[in-house]
Parts: sequence; structure tokens; C-alpha cells
Amino acid sequence: MITAKNIWKRYDDQVVLERINISVNEGEFVTLVGASGCGKSTFLKMLLGIESPSTGTLLLDNQPIRTEPDSDRGIVFQHYSVFPHMTVLENVMAARAFSRKGLTGYLFGQAKHDARTAALDILEQVGLSHAITRYPHELSGGMRQRLAIAQALLGKPRILLLDEPFGALDPGIRADMHQLVLDLWRTYKLTVFMVTHDLKEGFYLGTRLWVFDKVRHDPQAPGAYGATITYDLPIGKIDTSLYEQIDNQLRPVMIPDEPLMEEPSHD
Amino acid sequence: MKRILNIKPSRFSALCLGLLPLLICVVIYMIASDLRLEANPNDKLLPSFSQMGEAWSRMALTPNVRTGEYIFWGDTWSSLQRLLLGMLIAASVGLLIGLLTGAIPLMGATFSPLITVLSLIPPLALLPILFIVFGLGELSKVALIAIGITPFIARDIQRRCQEIPIEQLIKAQTLGANTSQVLIRVLLPQLMPKLLDAVRLSLGAGWLFLIAAEAIASTDGLGYRIFLVRRYMSMDVILPYVAWITCLAFILDQVLALLSRKLFPWHVKGGH
Repeated sequence: MITAKNIWKRYDDQVVLERINISVNEGEFVTLVGASGCGKSTFLKMLLGIESPSTGTLLLDNQPIRTEPDSDRGIVFQHYSVFPHMTVLENVMAARAFSRKGLTGYLFGQAKHDARTAALDILEQVGLSHAITRYPHELSGGMRQRLAIAQALLGKPRILLLDEPFGALDPGIRADMHQLVLDLWRTYKLTVFMVTHDLKEGFYLGTRLWVFDKVRHDPQAPGAYGATITYDLPIGKIDTSLYEQIDNQLRPVMIPDEPLMEEPSHD
Repeated sequence: MKRILNIKPSRFSALCLGLLPLLICVVIYMIASDLRLEANPNDKLLPSFSQMGEAWSRMALTPNVRTGEYIFWGDTWSSLQRLLLGMLIAASVGLLIGLLTGAIPLMGATFSPLITVLSLIPPLALLPILFIVFGLGELSKVALIAIGITPFIARDIQRRCQEIPIEQLIKAQTLGANTSQVLIRVLLPQLMPKLLDAVRLSLGAGWLFLIAAEAIASTDGLGYRIFLVRRYMSMDVILPYVAWITCLAFILDQVLALLSRKLFPWHVKGGH
């Protein structure tokens, strides 16, 4: 479904991503982990269409992916994912309104009635039926993310992108959210990409884990080489020693001037 | 004894403290007025409160002998009409320009420099041009207020529009929204409370332009009246009028604040 062919991403002379070659099938649940600034969010933005690769191609169904957001790809951000001026119900109904052609994005008559029914149904599934008249600022962080997910699902995306969606939540609530996402992924047969900085989260959610890391370092020019996918692992077949190995490898990146960690320069 | 930094007044004492300076000003005025009137009963500079009351009731409660109109209320009505019409035009045009230039990069690139230049022109310097173009009637006064305030509101709304998190625009697009849907359903409602804020902030300037225009060419209005009676040094009329203008400004401000709270309950807590 998604194919990346030798993708590089540069900002001026700073290389963020290099040599990304992957292919993802419909229905996979991919988690992207890595240290901060390693390009995992940049890759997600490419999937979303708000960034494009400097070189290489990113294909969706063998067609170059559209370079602006559209209804094929739903998104849940860590913050600001819902509309603050709409109630919970209106937020979800807006998803239905936006999916129809029209000038204003408001619904009337039968269409409005249908949207309401669909919205109430999906709010039931994410466990927000008791809060439909509240505004987002009256919700807790977890409820707001549930709302954002409900909204994204009603847009009927083929691919659901999650950009550290649970990063700001308490651990207990996070576990509930994991369950919710897994349930919805199975029910709606979505293809999910989730960025997280929590390696543990990546290890038991989903079917596939990507670790983004830099394999080449130049101490004189830290921006000369970008990160690439260093591990592409199917979940469920990994033993603890590999987990620890990755866990350790993610950290030393943050410490500069570590000569033993350097690989010899390639060119 | 607590440090003075940490002493916080209760609600009641805060109210009393707030009224105290006002009260002191009134008392000082009364003393000064009494002293002057004692020395010269015909003094016009610092009229007593009873003189001001008489002048006010003459203007507001007694119909004009010739026309049968109440001058004070007629002035108030004309001025408010001009001010509100001018502000309404400025707010609508400013909102439209601000929304389009703030949301659509192509529009922003095309018109932002022009709006910046226009906003730097002192509006009062345009007043003679307005009188020449629109004549001395109502139109030129309303136009001055509208022209003076539109650039401020447009620039403010443009900034506010750009402050709305990009995530919301992306989210709407992933739900299938087109440009006009994003503008009308996502941006416009969130800009309305900001517009009320901008109008509140620019009301002071609105009054300034109104009184200036009325002072120069008019036949009625609050600004016209105080500049007219200045010739007779009628401080007993001017002072109540100034107090009334202040009072109207305060009421308008409070009404807009109330409107913002009632219409946009989600905005009060800065919800995102």
C-alpha cells in the first residue's frame, strides 16, 4: 500500500532522513520510535502530505502520495487536534460535514440528522457519550484524545496517523487508550502509523516496529548525515535482549563526542 | 506583620480602595470650585455641581423652545449613530480582510504590505480629503471612523488568524474540508471573539475620530456641542458632556465584554 523508495529529507545542509526504503501492507500497525530529532515525525509528516521528500518517492497504491492533507489519511496530534469552539458532538459531526461538498461546512435537515446518529454511535465506541455537550477545554487530556480519534475515524480514513497521541497523558489513562486504539484498529481494519518516544509502547502495540537512528556520525558536522530506519521488526518475535539493546542504542545518540560509538566515515 | 508584597485586599476593601481616589478627586474639585465661586460668583471655570446639574437639565429635560427637541438626547443619538455605524463597517471590512489575508498565503502576500502602509497614514490627516470627497454630511464622519479603524482591526484579525494552531487546519483537511469550509467553520467562529476584543480596543480611537469630525463640521452631536459652547466658556455644559461621553464609552465596552462572554462560552477559558 505504502512504498518508500530511497527517501532523503534535507533542510538546507542539514540531513534529517536518509536512505528510507520500506513497504507497508494494508492493515499493518506500524510504530515509529527513536530519539528526539531523529526524523520520525518528519516521516509521518510526509505520509500526511505536509512535507515532501527532498529526493526519492513515497507512493500510496503505486501513485505518488498527495502533497496536501486529504481524507485518505486521518491524523491525531498530541495537542490542538480538536476544534475548541465546538462541543464534543459538534466536533464529531463536523467530520461528516467536511466530507461532503459544500461552501460552508454546515449541515441541514436529513444530512444533519444522519451525521448526529453516526456521531453518537462513534462517541459511544470511544466512551464519550456522557460528555457530548461539553467543550474541549472542559475535558481531560485523555477524553480530548478520545474525541480526536472519534473525529478522525468518522472521516473514514484508510490510513490513521498518530503523532505521539498519548505523550501528554498519565500512564494509567495511556493503557486505556492503547486498548481503545487496538480495538478500533481491528474493528475498522485501518493501517496505522504511530510515532512515539516510548519504546515500550512501540513494543506491544501494533504489528511492526521501526527504530529511527543515525548510523553515521561526523563529529565536525553533526548535520551531515541523517537518520534512517535501523530496525524494522515484526512485533511478537522479539526477545528481551534485543529490546535492551535497542533501548541502549537510542540513548547514546544524545551524548556527543563518544569516539568508540563512531563508525568510521564512509567517504 | 506581613510583607506589604503579600497583603491582598478582600473584595470589599478592594472596592473601597478603588473608589477612594475617585472620591478624593471629586472632593478636591468641590473645594476648588467653592473657593473660586466665593471670590467671584460669576466664575465660569470651575462650576459647582448644582450649576452643572442645572445646565444638564436645561439641555436634557427641557425641550428646545424653537424646535421642541431635547438637545442632549439628540446629540447623543446622532453621535452614537455615527460611531456605531463607523465601527460596524470597520469591523466587517476588517474581519473580512483579516480572515482572507491571514488564512490564505497568496492573499497575505498580495495585500499585507498595502494594509501596513495604509495603517500608517494618520486618519485625521485624511479628514480634509473626506470632506472634499464626501461633503460635510454624515458620510464623511462615518467614513473617517471606518477608515481610521479598519486597518487596525484587519491587522489584528490577520495576526489572530495566523495564531490558530496549524494542526486544526490540517485536521479539518484530513476530514475532507475544502478551503471555504475551513475558513467558515474553523477559522471564522474562532475569530469572532477576537473581533469583539479588537473592537473594544479600538473604541477609544473611534470616539477620538468622531469628536474630531464633529468639532470641525457638524450641526449636532456630542463633540459638536462641547466645541460650540466652548465659545461661551460654558464649563457647566462641557463637563457633564465629557462625563456622559466617558459613561457611554464605558457602557459600550462592558456590553461588548458581556456579549463576548455570552456568545462564545468556549473562548473565556482560552480553550484549545
